[in-house]
Amino acid sequence: MFENKQVIVLGERDGIAGPAIAACVQSAGGHVAYTSTECFV
Amino acid sequence: MDLSSQETIKRLADEHGSDQLVVILGAPDAESAEIAAETVVLGDPTYAGALAEAQLGLSVYHVLEEEFRSQVADDVWEDQIGVMVDVLDAEEISAAVKGMRDSKP
Repeated sequence: MFENKQVIVLGERDGIAGPAIAACVQSAGGHVAYTSTECFV
Repeated sequence: MDLSSQETIKRLADEHGSDQLVVILGAPDAESAEIAAETVVLGDPTYAGALAEAQLGLSVYHVLEEEFRSQVADDVWEDQIGVMVDVLDAEEISAAVKGMRDSKP
């Protein structure tokens, strides 16, 4: 899934936050190009 | 989706090419997951951001989809995602994101 890919992480405050997803991506060998944690109110 | 995120995604697509990007979502429900997925596949449905009418067709997954889950070591998954698996409706969210992924132009 991540081989030679740039990974964009769009986390959400009420769901799963960006840094938590980014940690999973990095542990799987992915390169995180962008991380955010959005907030819909 | 935040306007700044849309601008960054457009820039990354221009720099690397859409086929080199993978998007991972952490949305809390099927509706917001579907809107975020639609934005990176078919373009911003609100026509407010840089991805309006930009059919990037990016590969997009929710963090709770098995395709993503299977890539992550169990200990990292437990530390980072943990109980959210039980809180969120993974089946409904996964179906919404897969549906949008399958509508890729």
